[in-house]
Amino acid sequence: MSHTKPLVEDFATDFDHADPQWVSNPYPIWEDLRTRCPVAHTDRYGGAWFPATHELVSRVAKDTENFTSRSVVMSNLRPTDEDLPAPIGIAPPITSDPPFHAIARRLVLPAFSPGVVNALEPQIRALCNRLLDDMGDAAVVNGGTQFAQYIPVGVIQQMLGFPLEDIEMFLQIVIDVLDSIDSSAEERQATADKNRAYFEKQIQDHVDNPRDDFTTYLLNAEIAGGKLELDHVIGTMVLTLVAGIDTTWSAISSSLWHLAQNPDDLARLVNEPELMDVAVEEFLRFYAPVTMARLVAKDHDFNGCPMKKDDWVLLGFPAANRDPEVFEDADKFIIDRRENRHVAFGLGIHRCAGSNLARLELKVAIQEFIKRYPTFTLENPSEVTFSPGQVRGARNLPIRVK
Amino acid sequence: MKVVINADACTGQGRCFGIAPELFDFDDLGNGVVKGDGTVTTELVEKARLAEANCPEHAISIEE
Ligand code: HEM
Ligand code: SF4
Repeated sequence: MSHTKPLVEDFATDFDHADPQWVSNPYPIWEDLRTRCPVAHTDRYGGAWFPATHELVSRVAKDTENFTSRSVVMSNLRPTDEDLPAPIGIAPPITSDPPFHAIARRLVLPAFSPGVVNALEPQIRALCNRLLDDMGDAAVVNGGTQFAQYIPVGVIQQMLGFPLEDIEMFLQIVIDVLDSIDSSAEERQATADKNRAYFEKQIQDHVDNPRDDFTTYLLNAEIAGGKLELDHVIGTMVLTLVAGIDTTWSAISSSLWHLAQNPDDLARLVNEPELMDVAVEEFLRFYAPVTMARLVAKDHDFNGCPMKKDDWVLLGFPAANRDPEVFEDADKFIIDRRENRHVAFGLGIHRCAGSNLARLELKVAIQEFIKRYPTFTLENPSEVTFSPGQVRGARNLPIRVK
Repeated sequence: MKVVINADACTGQGRCFGIAPELFDFDDLGNGVVKGDGTVTTELVEKARLAEANCPEHAISIEE
């Protein structure tokens, strides 16, 4: 992993999002880059750029001519034009470019619309309470490994209609895809084959026993009068696992991490429950978990940088959310921040399709946790760990609840 | 005063109908739509301004 690579000395010319300093506290790095660059470069990963301001992040997100989504996870394996079936990509719609993107996105949006998602609230609340019950009356609980991570896993497992016993396996799939940015081509292929076999088995089960869930929805869905190709169905399933789990889990755990260290904010949320909606947006802004990536589609000049086809661009929505040009007191967490145009869910055509679900999960998880434990503190701050890679959140999170 | 959504810019971030469900709704795809003709009554002026100020896509405008 990252410790075998040289540590970064200058993030402007040699950045690495897997460097321990970036993983543990990226915010001062981004602040420095915004004033010095504002587009950083690295030769790592075969060459990559990192725009650190809100304005430039927006420009990349909205420019689908010069930047392709064919690969959105930056790694040492640079896909070539032949590797990935453009314009569909491996996980539509997130890896699709126009014009196919709109078709693939239209297909999933109804399944995530606010009307459909809001109906899940009682289920999510029950799930949170089961997890809290399972912690018993321990004085120290793990907000990450006992609580946050199981909420999105449980929600997606129910959505896809996969067996409850497979929960641990789900987690492993997510971790394999996102946390293993430094693994070899062979390792990746072996994992991909294993995961594919699993999805095919679940799909067969749904073909034999159709039921009211997202898997059956995908199997019945049609594009231009024809059923989806198997690759499209599997790609979209993998996407809900990867896009829906690690992300939401990170948002929940980072929010709990914040509350465990900021008793005034915790007390306000407990005493003023009507603050929850604005607080959720501030959690999303301040601890935005998701950084995306693009590949440069053709040679061009971007803000004075000579971008070459197939260079990576790391798309830092979390960095954009800390830009003082756009947010007053950008580096302060303000629990009742009313004006908050944050971009935690991205911008433009790839805006998170699951944002309504993610918000609901985050809100219900915090509500139920603070209802059960109206006061809590970090048990051992030095033991808290953060995930490496493009999805950032607290992983090990020991919390003293009494 | 009226609220207007630019449908070309809206990507369904869902902030508007979260903040001001009196003024905004969503369609089947989760994109924002203005309720009725978008007229903002006095008691909703603040909410209309907040919706405008929170849309990440700058898709909402207010016509005086
Ligand atoms: C707090 C939690 C979450 C965050 C911060 C988040 C963030 C993001 C971001 C930034 C993008 C934009 C990708 C890009 O520009 O390339 C995205 C796309 C996407 N997300 Fe999420 N996400 C979250 C939860 C979810 C959930 C729960 C689901 C579904 C179960 C989901 C499904 C998707 C899908 C399908 C896309 C692709 C949309 C497209 O390409 O048109 N996400 N997400
Ligand atoms: S907040 Fe903006 S982008 Fe979101 S639904 Fe409303 S108008 Fe559309």
